[in-house]
Amino acid sequence: MRVRSSEITPRSLYLRRREFLALGAAGAGALLLPRSGHAAAEAPHGRKLEGVKPGQPSTDEKKNSLEEITHYNNFYEFGTDKDDPARHASKLQTRPWTVKVEGECKSPKTFDVDDLLKFPLEERVYRLRCVEAWSMVIPWDGFPLAALLDKVQPTSRAKYVAFETAVQKENMPGVGGFGAIPFPYLEGLRIDEAMHPLTLLAVGIYGEELPKQDGAPIRLVVPWKYGFKSAKSLVRIRLQETQPPTTWSQYAGGSEYGFYANVNPDVDHPRWSQAKERRIGEFSRRKTLPFNGYADQVEKLYAGMDLRKFF
Amino acid sequence: MEKAARQPWLKPLVFAASLSPLLWLASRAVRGTLGPDPVAEVLNRLGLYAICLLFCSLACTPLQIVLGWTWPLRVRRMLGLFAFSYACLHFSTYLFVDQGLDFKGIGKDIVKRRFMTAGFAAWCALLPLAITSTKGWVRRLGYRRWKSLHRLAYVAGALACVHFVWRFKTALLQPLLFTAVLAVLLGVRLAARARAPSRQVSVPSESR
Repeated sequence: MRVRSSEITPRSLYLRRREFLALGAAGAGALLLPRSGHAAAEAPHGRKLEGVKPGQPSTDEKKNSLEEITHYNNFYEFGTDKDDPARHASKLQTRPWTVKVEGECKSPKTFDVDDLLKFPLEERVYRLRCVEAWSMVIPWDGFPLAALLDKVQPTSRAKYVAFETAVQKENMPGVGGFGAIPFPYLEGLRIDEAMHPLTLLAVGIYGEELPKQDGAPIRLVVPWKYGFKSAKSLVRIRLQETQPPTTWSQYAGGSEYGFYANVNPDVDHPRWSQAKERRIGEFSRRKTLPFNGYADQVEKLYAGMDLRKFF
Repeated sequence: MEKAARQPWLKPLVFAASLSPLLWLASRAVRGTLGPDPVAEVLNRLGLYAICLLFCSLACTPLQIVLGWTWPLRVRRMLGLFAFSYACLHFSTYLFVDQGLDFKGIGKDIVKRRFMTAGFAAWCALLPLAITSTKGWVRRLGYRRWKSLHRLAYVAGALACVHFVWRFKTALLQPLLFTAVLAVLLGVRLAARARAPSRQVSVPSESR
């Protein structure tokens, strides 16, 4: 069955919510009123993943709820508001789905996503720090990116890894609209970052297949970098010798953020401080940790680099 | 022309309409339907309401010029004061809740981040207008001086638009629409003034 009841119920709920809001919004207030409430929204449930083992490292901090994780997303293909992905991502077609792994490797290969689900899966509870100064704690299910890259045997010329994400124009209301960023969304890592054991390919959350708004069917998770580095709904992974162009480092002349985008409380965003963050579910801000608290594991990757310059 | 006595409902109606977004926000807070980041939601909504009400107050004179309506002029002060109230709530939410009165962080934000600078400047421009909004202050300043001071409302509107536009990474449609509306409102006044230069009773000597 392609269409699960979990994909239908929320939509009808949204419709009813809009009717309710339309009533309240009669008159001049229409523009001012919110387009959705969240309390009634049901978190979408995906197919249960089999044989997920607990993995390390995992934080024992309080996890965000599936409701929070699925209703506060940046996924610009579906719109720029935090609740747009929850409302629109159900249109994303996630089967059939392949991920092409190519470039500087001995045996390039196109993987069917259902084969990727057969990799040994583990649960990693990671902090996710968005560049917009909010954060969550998310129990990802997935496998190290290194496990996939090993299968294609990168050559010595593979210095960087480029990631390309899906574009389904007809299913993605945010693609090609006024002021939209260019798509496909592109990301990139240095090979040592990509091979680092913390770097995951996630296929699930809370033991269930990834909700569409969180980047189904497979996405990158790089917990010590700002969330935008963790590209969603991957279709192509390319090993290459040169540093790949990435969406945000190219956008608006590179004024938004750089290629590395390591979480760093000492380097401000052009429009706000990165010293603190709001953990979703908490009221006041907490201090942001260097490398999002993963400094012990990843600091050595950047030995000798000026992280104020390579931000 | 309508007379105030014939529209006893006008002010209560505008008052209720101006207050309703706040009540709606409060009810969402009570019901817990502000979403996963309620602080950001409240902050953004209050800012939006402040801009909207400021624009409503700025629309009063253009409405009179274009359509000949005079009733908006009677609620202009109320709209302006509501705009300032929402701006204060917006700013307080940032100061007290979002930043938790971390003055170092707040100072740095306002000085270093241009969108914050613009927002703070907009609030500063509204402050003297709110203070001098009473009849007593019109008398004390003299109508001409009072009126030229209150042109700051347009400066505040422009700064609010800048604050709004600079805040975004992309998707500028909404803030740009607001900016366009402001341009139209200002344009109507300028056009009216250019067409009737002899009637410039409202132009005090210091502005030319």
